[in-house]
Formats: sequence, C-alpha cells, structure tokens
Amino acid sequence: MRVKNILITFVSAIVILFSTSFASFAKVVGDKIILGAAISLTGKYSSNGVHTQNGYNMAVDRINSMGGVKVGGKTYKFDIIYYDDESNPKRAAQLAERLISQDGVEFMLGPYSSGLTKAIAPVTEKYGVPMVEANGASRSLFTKGYKYLFAVLAPANLYLDVAIRTAVELNGGKGVRIAQAFEQDAFSQDVRLGILDAAKETGSEIIIDDKLPKELNDMAATLVKVKQMKPDVLVVSGHTKGALTAIRQIAEMKVDVPMLAMTHCDAAKLSKQHGKNSQYALCASQWHKTLTYKDDFFKDGMTYAADFEKEFGYDPPYQAAESSAALLVFKDAFERANTFDQKKVRDALAATNMQTFYGNIKFASGGQNVDKPMVLFQVMCDGAGNCENKVVAPLKWASAELIHPIPKWSKR
Amino acid sequence: MDFMVFQYPMISVQACLDGILLGILFALIAYGMALQWGVMNIINIAQGDLVILGGYIAYFMYLYGIHPAWGVIVAPIIMYFVGVCLYKLVINKVVDRDLFISILATFGISILFMQLMNFAFGADVVLANSGYGTTFLFDSAVVLPNSKIFSAFISILFAICLVIYMKKSKLGRAIRATAQNARAAKILGVDTEKVYAATFGINAALCGVAGALISITFTIHPYMGLPYTIRSFMIVIVAGLGNLPGVAMSGMGLGVFEEFADYILGTEFRIGSVFLLLVLILVYRRFKLSRKREYLK
Repeated sequence: MRVKNILITFVSAIVILFSTSFASFAKVVGDKIILGAAISLTGKYSSNGVHTQNGYNMAVDRINSMGGVKVGGKTYKFDIIYYDDESNPKRAAQLAERLISQDGVEFMLGPYSSGLTKAIAPVTEKYGVPMVEANGASRSLFTKGYKYLFAVLAPANLYLDVAIRTAVELNGGKGVRIAQAFEQDAFSQDVRLGILDAAKETGSEIIIDDKLPKELNDMAATLVKVKQMKPDVLVVSGHTKGALTAIRQIAEMKVDVPMLAMTHCDAAKLSKQHGKNSQYALCASQWHKTLTYKDDFFKDGMTYAADFEKEFGYDPPYQAAESSAALLVFKDAFERANTFDQKKVRDALAATNMQTFYGNIKFASGGQNVDKPMVLFQVMCDGAGNCENKVVAPLKWASAELIHPIPKWSKR
Repeated sequence: MDFMVFQYPMISVQACLDGILLGILFALIAYGMALQWGVMNIINIAQGDLVILGGYIAYFMYLYGIHPAWGVIVAPIIMYFVGVCLYKLVINKVVDRDLFISILATFGISILFMQLMNFAFGADVVLANSGYGTTFLFDSAVVLPNSKIFSAFISILFAICLVIYMKKSKLGRAIRATAQNARAAKILGVDTEKVYAATFGINAALCGVAGALISITFTIHPYMGLPYTIRSFMIVIVAGLGNLPGVAMSGMGLGVFEEFADYILGTEFRIGSVFLLLVLILVYRRFKLSRKREYLK
C-alpha cells in the first residue's frame, strides 16, 4: 500500500513537472514565437486599440514573409494571441495574468494607452515577462524601476515641451504666458508636467491652469478666461475629444491666440469634423510619414504609409507605426540574444540600439526610448478646405514653415 | 479656487447666459424624465443614453450631407419608435413593480445601449457642424455661439408643443389621468398599456430632440450619457413631478450653477458639483420631511 502511495506521488510529481515545463516552453513551439497582447478592441479606446492591432499585424506579416526571426540557427515566425481588454484596466491586468499563467506566453506586447499599460506592467514584472509596448507614454511608467518594460515611444512629458520652446524662441528668447487645460488622466497630466518643466526652464509664466473632466464636452469657461487674459500659447490635452471640443469652441467663440498646441489632433480627423477651422493648430506626434528614418523591413515612412493604406484602407496614424516598430524591436532582441531565455532576451532588449522606419530606438534604464524626438506638425489647409499635417519642428524634418502668430479670426 | 468670475463682471454675464441656454436644454431632457416618472413610476437610468442615440441620428444625417438641424425632426420620430419598442420589450415587465427593479432594468438597458452604440458607431468622439456662427454682445465681451441659442429656442418650442398636446389631445388627457390614478383611469376605459407605451415613446422622442441639439452644440460619444441622466434626475428632484415651470426653472438654475462652479472651482469639478448639489438637496428634503412628520405627530 505504502509503495503504491509512493509510486502515485512519484508519477504525479513527474506529470506536474512535465506539464509545467511544457507550459513554460509552450509559447515557442515548433517554428512559432507566440506573443501575447491585451488590446482595447471594444470600449472607449477601441479606435486606437484597432490601430495598435493593425500595426502589430502588419509587422508580423512583414517579418514572417521576409524570413522570420533567426534564433540558434533556426528560423521562427511570429504569432500573437489577442484578448480584448474592453478598455478596462482591471480586465487588462486579468488578461495579462491569463496570457502568462494559463496560455504560457513568455513575451508580451503592450496594450493601448498609459492607463492600461500601468495596469499590465506590474503583472509582467512579477512574472519576469519582457514587454515591449508602443502606446503607454506616461512618465510614471518609467520611474517605477520596472526591469521588463520597454517603450518604443518618447515619454509624455516631451509631447508639447517643444511647442513652448519654439514659442519662447519666436518671442526673442523671452518667456511666454501660457494658458493650459489638461484632462485628468495619467497621460495628459504627464504632458502637463512637461509643460511645467519647460515653463520653469524658459522663464515662462502659466496664467491659466485648468483641469478637464473625463466627460469633457464643454470648455467654454477656459476659453472665456483665455479671451480675457490673452496668453501667448494655449495648450490643450484631452485625447481626441479634447482636441475636437477645443477647435469647435475656439472657432465658435472666435478666440484669438497666437499659438495653439494640442495632443491627439490628427489633421484628417480634425478637418473631417471642422474643415478649415482646424487650421494652424500645432499637434504633437510620435511619428510622421515624411520623417526620413529607414529600416530593412518597411524601408521608410512613406513606404510604410503606402503599404499600410493598401492593407487597411486608411493612412496610418502614429499609433499604428509605433506598434509595428515594437515587433521590429522584439525581432532584433531575439536575434541578438540568440535564445528564448527571458532574462537574456530582457538584457538584449535593454541593449537595443537600432533605427527603424519609425525612428531610432535606444532604451534608458527606466525603459523609455531616449533616442527619438517628438515631432510637431501644423494643420495647414488649401483653398478647397483640404487639410494636411505639415511637420514644422524639429527643423531637420520640417516640410513647411511654422505659421506664427495664428491670424486673427477677423482676418481669416 | 478662481474668483476671476467676480473680478470681470462680463464673465459673470457670460456664465449666466451660457448657463441659462444650457439649462433650457437640460430641462427638456428632465421634462421627459419627469413625465414618465410621474406616469409610470420609473426612474430611467438610460435617459442619457437615449439622448446620445438621438445625437447619433443627427450626426449620421450630417455625414450624409443633410443639415444636422433636421435631426430635431427626424431624431424624435425614430426615437419615439425606439422608446415604444423598449417599452414593449422590457419596461412593461417592470412598470408595476418595485422602483428598485425598474432602476436595475433601465441600468441594464443603459449598459446595453452604450455597448451597442460603441459597436455600431465606434468609440470616436463626433460632432455635427451647424455652421450657425456666433453672436457678440456688449462690445464682443460676451460671446454666444448661435448653435446654443438655436438649441434653447428649439427646446422651448418642443416644451410648448408638448404642454399644449398634453392639455388638448385625447392621448395627453389620458396620460394625465393615468398619472393621477392609473386604476381609476383604467376603470373609466383608458387603455393604460397604450398610455404607458406612448409616454415612454414621448420621453424617448424628447431625448432624441435633445440629443440632436447636443450633437450640434457639443460633442457626442457612446459613453457620455450618464451625466445627462444625473442632471435630469437632479432637476426632477428639485422641481417635483408634473411641474413644467418648475422643471424649466430648476434646469436653468442648474445650468447657471454648473457654469459658476466651472469658473470658481475649475472644470474638473463641474459634474462633481452637480452630484454634491444632488446630495445636499436630498439631505435637505429628508430633513424637511422629518420635521413635517414630527409636526403631524
């Protein structure tokens, strides 16, 4: 009886050992490297969630069709398991847990938005799962000492600081008067911190500092104050709804301000809804198709944009481009590590120093990309009301000259 | 805290006018809620979502090149049928039940509507441009977008039409009779089932008008309904059921209160201040009721 018990225990132990070791190697099976991603396919972030997914898929197809990933003399192909996080941070954390502990995923791609990345990062960190993310720019992600988090994008505090510096430069080096309105979410508040830093360094003064609610659809009060105080720069960050609301009400209330700088203000979206009213807005962007970075897979921004449009039927927003870049980073790191050992892959990721069509990528110790500046574009429209984003800063890539100050409404 | 609103008197004027125009629009939504609350004893949590759905109707007309102002005619017609269908499918099962059941049922409808709108229309924030221009007052110190004036005007027009309809028409009289005493109305030959369906339909139609106006004045998004539900709930609580002038006054009061809260406390406390006011009014009402009870004893 006793021998039988020992035998059963022994057999069970072996079964458990095999099953766990099978699980932990389950996600590099045969010739496939299976990555996991929780993405917002429904809920309030679903538009950008879909851009993220399209960016990932585009890169997977491209890398696989161009020879895949070579590790230990063998060629592997990428595959991704997606789950829908419903734009909900709690759900995202649960799904990350599920991807890692049930599906056995060993390498993760990031979700869309800083808030969701913040929810997932502690989980991937706990399990030591390297995660390359492309859509979480909040500064607080990079100050927590995470070792397994790598972001291909520039942190949020750098989004609009170039606008303040440009305004100061145009003001003959003297500080400017800034009015700002930011939504109360992790990302926008980090953009705000960046502006505060830039204002301090340039001796600028913040004369209006409003916080916008998540249900924002009216910022008339802020704009009335702007009309009264006449600042040199108005900065607005509140995702797409902030940009749309600001443009609508600035035009309706005829608010004259020499510079209007915003985040999430893609010209296509703005001009579709507002036509020429969106003209002259300055928008911060991680990427623009006219930038001249190059790589072997997508060649350059223009080629990427053309290929993306062919496949998905629309011009790629920067959220798609940065998501594609995340896959290029993973491929590079796997090949340099030459193994699927998570620690070694993590070290290889930390040592990344490469150029992609999206920009240079080199990670600081906090995991943020420090080798890629933000670009600033201005919405410019022709006589027929067709509007386009034109890069105006940094000067190296400028395709048009910045129009400053913005002409008054009475003269438009 | 920012007291700029008191330093510059014109800002106070701006805040008051903005508040009144906004309040009239809120009052229209609240009137629908008061109507069906009074008649059917149902607190409709999905009120705001019906508003947003109405907004999408106007937005789609705008997308297809029709001026969104036509939405104030088309949206209520479509929304009336949506309301009647909703009544036949769900509300008729909860109409005579506990208030809590109706809150739960309409809360469920609210979630369903949000997800369906998100699924059907996407998660992007959208708006319909009316191209109505701007009115400048007091040497351009006060600026009023004409879309807001248009919204207030249409809201008043619909409210007047509704009052006349309720007083003069057969169905209006039946609705009022049912609100007073459903059982007695039934005995006297009123088809209360039909009255309930029509009431819910009229409420949805009013939400449709308000939604079309909101898409012209502000922005719409599948998840933006709740603040409109809270506001109408608040207005109805202050004004009481079946009190149209009360609803209008309370709507405008809330609009002005919100605008001043926005200037003084900051935009981030705008909705928060409405919630706070709601709690204060509920506490005050309870206090008043308990005193009345003591007096009766």
